[in-house]
Amino acid sequence: MRDFWSRFKRNRGAVAGLAILVIVVAVAALAPVLFPQSPWKMVQRPFLPPLTMDALPLGTDALGRNVLSGLAYGAQVSLLIGLVSTVVSLLIGIPIGALAGYFGGWVDDGLMRFTEFFQTVPNFALAIVLVAIFEPSVQSIIGAIAIVSWPPVARLVRGEVLSLRSREYVEAAILSGQKNSTIILRQILPNTLSPIIVLASLMVATAILLESSLSFLGLGDPNLMSWGYMIGAARTVIRQAWWLSFFPGFAILMTVLALNLIGEGLNDALNPRLSRKGK
Amino acid sequence: MLKRLASMAAILAVAAGTASAEPVSGGRANVVIQPEPPSLMLGLVQNGPTQMVAGNIYESLLRYDENLEPQPQLAKSWDIAEDGLTYTFHLYDNVKWHDGEPFSADDVVFSADIFLRESHARLRNSLKYVESITAPDANTVVFKLKEPFGPFIGIFEGGTMPIVPKHIYEGTDYKTNPANNTPIGTGPFKFVEWVKGSHILLKKNEDYYVDGLPYLDEIYWHIIPDAASRAVAFETGVVDILPGGSVENFDVGRLTELENTCVTDKGWEFIGPLSWLWLNNNEGPTADKRFRQAVMYAMDREFAKDALWNGLGKVATSPVSSSTRFYTDDVTKYDYNPEKAKELLAEMGYDGTPVRLLPLPYGETWQRWAEAIKQNLEEVGIKVDMVATDVAGWNQKISEWDYDMAFTYLYQYGDPALGVGRTYISSNIAKGSPWNNVEGYKNPKIDELFAAGATAVGKDARQKIYTEAQQILTEDVPVAWLLELGFPTIYRCNVKDLVTTAIGINDGFRDAYIEK
Repeated sequence: MRDFWSRFKRNRGAVAGLAILVIVVAVAALAPVLFPQSPWKMVQRPFLPPLTMDALPLGTDALGRNVLSGLAYGAQVSLLIGLVSTVVSLLIGIPIGALAGYFGGWVDDGLMRFTEFFQTVPNFALAIVLVAIFEPSVQSIIGAIAIVSWPPVARLVRGEVLSLRSREYVEAAILSGQKNSTIILRQILPNTLSPIIVLASLMVATAILLESSLSFLGLGDPNLMSWGYMIGAARTVIRQAWWLSFFPGFAILMTVLALNLIGEGLNDALNPRLSRKGK
Repeated sequence: MLKRLASMAAILAVAAGTASAEPVSGGRANVVIQPEPPSLMLGLVQNGPTQMVAGNIYESLLRYDENLEPQPQLAKSWDIAEDGLTYTFHLYDNVKWHDGEPFSADDVVFSADIFLRESHARLRNSLKYVESITAPDANTVVFKLKEPFGPFIGIFEGGTMPIVPKHIYEGTDYKTNPANNTPIGTGPFKFVEWVKGSHILLKKNEDYYVDGLPYLDEIYWHIIPDAASRAVAFETGVVDILPGGSVENFDVGRLTELENTCVTDKGWEFIGPLSWLWLNNNEGPTADKRFRQAVMYAMDREFAKDALWNGLGKVATSPVSSSTRFYTDDVTKYDYNPEKAKELLAEMGYDGTPVRLLPLPYGETWQRWAEAIKQNLEEVGIKVDMVATDVAGWNQKISEWDYDMAFTYLYQYGDPALGVGRTYISSNIAKGSPWNNVEGYKNPKIDELFAAGATAVGKDARQKIYTEAQQILTEDVPVAWLLELGFPTIYRCNVKDLVTTAIGINDGFRDAYIEK
C-alpha cells in the first residue's frame, strides 16, 4: 500500500486530480449543511449577476434560484450517477468478460457477438433512446448509462482472463479439481483488478459527461438539480446571463479532468512496469 | 448630450410619423411562421399557424375589434331580429374569388351549411342551434335559429367560419381535392407558393373589394424551426414581424430593446388563451376541495408573470378570461398566501401523499414555470413529483386521466358558451380527449347554468347567469387558474396598423402598411 501511494504521488497531475475530487466530494457531502434550503427555492430576483450580493456569490438563475447551492446539490447528483452507473456496468461487464475468456469456444463467440452488438450502436444515441422510452428518472438514467458503458469492460476482462487462463497456477488449480467458479473468482479475477480499477475511474468521468449531456437535452430527472440541467436551462439565456452556463460547465470540466488525472495516476501506480521511463 | 439629442430626434421622428399617418402602398412583410402549418386550407384545418397564414387568404362574414364588437368583412351590414332568432347579413356585391369567379351568397350557404358542417367540429357544435341557412338573393344570407343562442354573432370569425368557394368544392371529396394545395379565397392576399421547410409567399389581391386595400405587395412567411435562430433572424433584419410565441420569452426583453422595435400583446382577445393546472377531481389529494383551494393560495402567480412572461398577461381571477364577454371580478379571489394554504391543508389533514405534476412540453418557459409551481407547493408542505414527458405522452396521460396536476392552456373564443363551459360541464366527461372536462368536475348547478347561459336572450340575463357560474367555480376550484396569457407580437415600428382586431395578425395584413 505504501509502495502504491509513493508511486501514485510521483504523478503530480494525479495528486492535483485527487485534491479536486476530494473537494467535490466534500461539497457534495456537505451540501445539506452549507445550503439547508432546497436548491429549487427562489431566493432573490431572477438573473442576479455574480458578486452583487454576499449571500449569493454566483448569482441567481432565471427563477431567482441560488446558483452556488445548485452547484453543490448538482455535485451529489453527478457523483451518485457516475458511481452507481459504473458499478452497474462493472457488474454486467466483468461476468460476461470472465465467462467468455475462461470458457472460450462457442461461449466466447456468443458472448462477444452480443457485446459487439452493443458496441456498434453509438453510445449516446442508445442512451437517449433508452431514457426516452423509460421516462427520465434517476433509475432509468443510471440504467441507460450502464447499458451503454459495459462493453469495454467485458472486452478488457476477457483479454486479461484469456492471458491468465494459460498460466501454470491456473492449470494447477484445474488439475487439483477446483470448481470453475472457484478458479474464476479466487484465482483469475483478483489478478485482473488493476486494469479494471483504472478503467472504472475513467468510466465514472464518462458517466458524468453522459448524464450531463442527457440533462442538457432535457432528459434528466426533473426532480434533481444537476449540472447538465443547469446548463441546459441556461442555454436559451446565454446572451443575457453567461454565469448560468459558465459555472456548472466549469464544475463538469474540473470533475471530469480530476477523474482522468486520477485514472492516469492509478495506471502508473498499479502497473509499475509500464510506467513511463525517466520518471 | 449626444444621447439626449438622439432621443429628441427619435421623438421628433415619431411625431412626424404620426403627423403623416397616411398609409402608403408597397413593400413586403417578412414574417415568421412557427411551427410550419400542416395545410393552408382553412376550411379543413384550423390550428394556430394555419389560421395565421390562411386568415389572410380566406375570409368570413365578420371580424371583431378588441372589445369583440363585430365589424364588417364580407358582410357590409347585418340585422338581428328582436327575438334573437333571425340573423340577416348583407354582403359586399363586388367580391371575386382569387381565380376570378364571382362570389355570392350561395358560397356562404354552401360553406356554412354543407362544407363546414362536415369538416369543422367546433363550428358544428354552434350550428346545432341553426334551423336553416338561406340566400334570398345573391347578396343576402339569412340564418334562422331554432332557439336563441347568445354567442351566435361571435361565430363569424375567419378561423371559425371561413367561406370556401362553392364552384371548386361542391360535389368533390373535400379532403383530397387538389385545390387544397393552392387555396382560393376572397381575402386581401393570394397564395403564390409554398416551399416546404423554407417559406410561404402571398401576394396582393389587386381585385380586393375594399378600395385601396391591401397596402402591402407581398407577405413572405419564413419557416425557421429553432427559436434562437428566429430571434437572430429578427436582429439581423431578415424578418420584421415575430408573431406571439415565436421566440422564447427570455428573448423578448432583449429584442424589444433593439432600435425601431415595437411590441404589443393585443390581438389575442378573441381566442383569449387562459392557462391553468388540471387538478384531478376524481382521486388523490386533489379530489378534496380544500386541497385545491390550498393550491390556489400557494402559487405565486404574480412572480411567474413577471419572471417568466416578462410581465405580459394577467393573473387569472376567474374561469372566464377578462377579455371574454361576461367576465366578472365579483368572485372568490386567491392572492398569494402560503399561510392560508397551510391552514387549509392542516384542516383537511393532508398526509403528505405525493402528487404528480405534469409540465406542458412546449419549451423552456413552461418547464421553468412547472419548477416554480413545484417549489411554491413544496413550501406549503405539498410533496410534488415532477413527471417528464413529451407532447404525445402529455396528450395521452391527460386524455386517460393519469395525472394529479397538469399544465395546459385553452382558447375561449370570446364567449363562455363557446370556450368556457366545455371545461366544467359534466356531459363533457369522457376519456380520450385532452380538451374536454378532463378534471372530472361534476356539479348539476353548473351544468344548468351553462345550458341556460347559451340560450338566454339579452346581455343582462346572460351576465347574471355567468356571474353566478363564475362565483360557484371560483369557490370549488375544479382547476387551478394561472394566467391569462399575453403573447407579444414583436415588429419593426414602421410596420403600421398590423394588429387592429381581436384576432391579431391572423387577419391583420389587410390594413397593415410599411412606412418608408
